[in-house]
Amino acid sequence: MQWETVIGLEIHTQLATSSKIFSGAATVFGAEPNTQACLVDLGMPGVLPVLNREAVRLAVMFGTAIGAEIRRRSVFDRKNYFYPDLPKGYQISQLEFPIVGPGEVEIILEDGERRIIGVTRAHLEEDAGKSLHEDFHGMTGIDLNRAGTPLLEIVSEPDMRSAVEAVIYAKKIHQIVRYLGVSDGNMQEGSFRCDANVSVRPLGQEELGTRAELKNINSFRFLERAINYEVERQIELIEEGGRVVQETRLYDSDKDETRSMRSKEEANDYRYFPDPDLLPVELDDAFIEDAVADLPEMPDVRRARFEADFGLSQQDAATLTGSRELADYFETAATIGGDTRLSVNWVMGELSAALNKAGLDIASSPVSAGQFGGLIKRMADNTISGKIAKEVFEAMWSGDGSADEIIDARGLKQITDSGAIEAIVDEVIANSPQQVENYRQADAEKQPKMLGFFVGQVMKASKGKANPQQVNELLREKLSG
Amino acid sequence: MSFDQSEVEKIAHLARLAVSDDEAQHLTADLSRILDLVAVMEKVDTSGVEAMAHPLHMTQRLRTDEVTETDQRDQNQKIAPATEAGLYLVPRVIE
Repeated sequence: MQWETVIGLEIHTQLATSSKIFSGAATVFGAEPNTQACLVDLGMPGVLPVLNREAVRLAVMFGTAIGAEIRRRSVFDRKNYFYPDLPKGYQISQLEFPIVGPGEVEIILEDGERRIIGVTRAHLEEDAGKSLHEDFHGMTGIDLNRAGTPLLEIVSEPDMRSAVEAVIYAKKIHQIVRYLGVSDGNMQEGSFRCDANVSVRPLGQEELGTRAELKNINSFRFLERAINYEVERQIELIEEGGRVVQETRLYDSDKDETRSMRSKEEANDYRYFPDPDLLPVELDDAFIEDAVADLPEMPDVRRARFEADFGLSQQDAATLTGSRELADYFETAATIGGDTRLSVNWVMGELSAALNKAGLDIASSPVSAGQFGGLIKRMADNTISGKIAKEVFEAMWSGDGSADEIIDARGLKQITDSGAIEAIVDEVIANSPQQVENYRQADAEKQPKMLGFFVGQVMKASKGKANPQQVNELLREKLSG
Repeated sequence: MSFDQSEVEKIAHLARLAVSDDEAQHLTADLSRILDLVAVMEKVDTSGVEAMAHPLHMTQRLRTDEVTETDQRDQNQKIAPATEAGLYLVPRVIE
């Protein structure tokens, strides 16, 4: 039988605030355990939550960026369950009245097809703490630094039909939140986590199959693998006469399998009710206008502009707008450098390679976009050749200054003075009588290849500074004589 | 409306409350009466009334995003039954 996979994602993204969503405790990653957990985060009696304005502002920014409805009135609810890293015995979340209503994002599939993925809602909530199951004399250690960290949970429609599509959608949301600066999106630090609702149904059937929820996946690679495993498991189960049960499953990346965590019937009875400690949130026009006043150019818009303004291919434009930092870098370098093709090649070539090797991202590149543009400019105006540019780039990388400073200090300026080049060419010809003889007697079609020897000699004698084009021309002229 | 004792037991379990058989019986009767009252109120036509999220006619005040809390871990952990390496220790959780 032909099966169709149906996937919906719930993405938890940590909002980039300094303090928690309901308390004034810090949210810095990697702090000593429990040093950022105050009385509110600990759920002590008598404390009251007060909502962080910035968390609301960031949620409004995200909602606006995906063209969603921003709810003027939203309500916080208590989601009740017991777990030691949830001190209050409930998580403050939003059920019936989330802050962000329906919106959508466009993804581009591998074959270039465009697809709209519906975003059902996005709501504000607090994160729980962290349980450490290493052995503390048979006990579990609890770090509540993360408790109360603001999250935006972005819930999609079941609009994806394969693991690959789910990954493309997740990457798109990741790109959007990072462009907006709504979240740092750091997956290793847990700032961006995915839950996937996965079901299968016979192809052509309208009704959805029973879904399993795959929890807490913190890399795009694992997301793809977890879904693929789960789809196979469900199909196999049904084809053997079994039945998929609605449950939460955990993906184990070591074993590359999903396994049942708990049955939903009982554990999922969260008994939501409006949190009496928090009043309804009402946003006026001024708040929303202010929140979206400095919304940056979104990746899709920027990609289209790069294609139009710089004449880039869709592929290059998509790569260069992958992150806001990379797009900013390229745009600055290309504008200063004045040569798009060179800028594309050098940003994606030399620079990317150096960053990869050093394990750095573009934002922490030792060569600034302005400096890099300066280097492109000197290649574009023929001050230096591509080969010398590599040397200049390495010096810039080590902090030796701007391209112009390095070119001056090291005397790397390309020799374009034809008199100077001619002198070197003459010398090389005089020193290589045998090669000259061979060249002159060779067939015309073999000569271009043989010219390489002379070019190499001239470049060597000029320490790579002679303009290669001029060298070629002069050599051809002199050798034919 | 009648309320089943098994429902009381289920809710007690979800809330991690130890309820004896005797108490469960009483609670079933009490809760049934409350729900009967709710059933009476449900007969009122509320089609033109917006659902209330809070009894106060006020809206949520928003806080400036500032870190105002300092580290009080030592103080906070004084009342914890067990701590180690800065962590609160609890009976082992088995997932």
